[in-house]
Amino acid sequence: MKELSLNILDIAQNSVKAGARHIGIHVKEEGPELSFEIVDDGCGMKPEQVEKLVDPFFTTRTTRKVGLGIPFLKLAAEQSGGRIEVESRSREDFPDDPGTRVFALFYKDSIDYTPMGDIASTLVSLIQGADGIDYDFTWENESGSAGLSTAEMRELLGDDVALSSPEVLAWAGEYISEQLEEINANQ
Amino acid sequence: MKSLEELAAIRDRMKNRVVLREGSGETRVVVGMATCGIAAGARPVLNAFVEQVANENLSDRVTVTQTGCIGICQYEPVVEVFEAGKEKVTYVKMTAEKAKRVVEEHLKGGKPVAEYTIGNN
Repeated sequence: MKELSLNILDIAQNSVKAGARHIGIHVKEEGPELSFEIVDDGCGMKPEQVEKLVDPFFTTRTTRKVGLGIPFLKLAAEQSGGRIEVESRSREDFPDDPGTRVFALFYKDSIDYTPMGDIASTLVSLIQGADGIDYDFTWENESGSAGLSTAEMRELLGDDVALSSPEVLAWAGEYISEQLEEINANQ
Repeated sequence: MKSLEELAAIRDRMKNRVVLREGSGETRVVVGMATCGIAAGARPVLNAFVEQVANENLSDRVTVTQTGCIGICQYEPVVEVFEAGKEKVTYVKMTAEKAKRVVEEHLKGGKPVAEYTIGNN
């Protein structure tokens, strides 16, 4: 993956496939560190599946939907000196509160740091693909915070206008880009 | 500067239009968005289709959707076009530029762009 924002798109698609209704994407910049977490309320995974996630050659057919996504993310994080964490609660074991959290930490001052790239594009792609899912995106750094909540967008748009309408998507892309520019997000 | 209030303006603008729900189109453009597709550059391809379909006012009959891995990862980004009563057309190794031409010649003009299809790659 050439951009971390592509990893984010890829990992968030796993949440979509896991049947999540709410997906949080939270980016944080602190000094040389950049981290993000993707949290969802999807079906989750059993501990033994989580264990296998990071090894691309250990992926079995039942976990095939995950495939190379997590290994790619792990590679990107570790080559910059960072790490990833995956926590999950399967619906079977936690029927009231299932979900998954994928966390990744990067060091921006590493020569092998992958740039964030076009995160606005990633969010537009995600919103386009899933009308029924709510996304909560935030980006925090020393200059402040920026973000976008599709629940808030829905409230303003009412029931007649879909989030995936081209006009709304175009607005969302520009809105996020401007918000991130305001806080000098390191993209 | 964009503001959230603009969404209310978009809502009011669209209120007077006939709202066509997703899936009502007779043509479906499906973009592969699994790890293989994303790594090969599917994101700009998807966004180009969405933008161009809107720009060319084709939204009433063309629906753009996403799917997982189609199984031919070496040909990604892959785009499939389904039209009622016609055979499926599979475009491979797509780019945003190629997407624009497909919208123009295939979705608008009705003639698939043969050189981008899987049979020619």
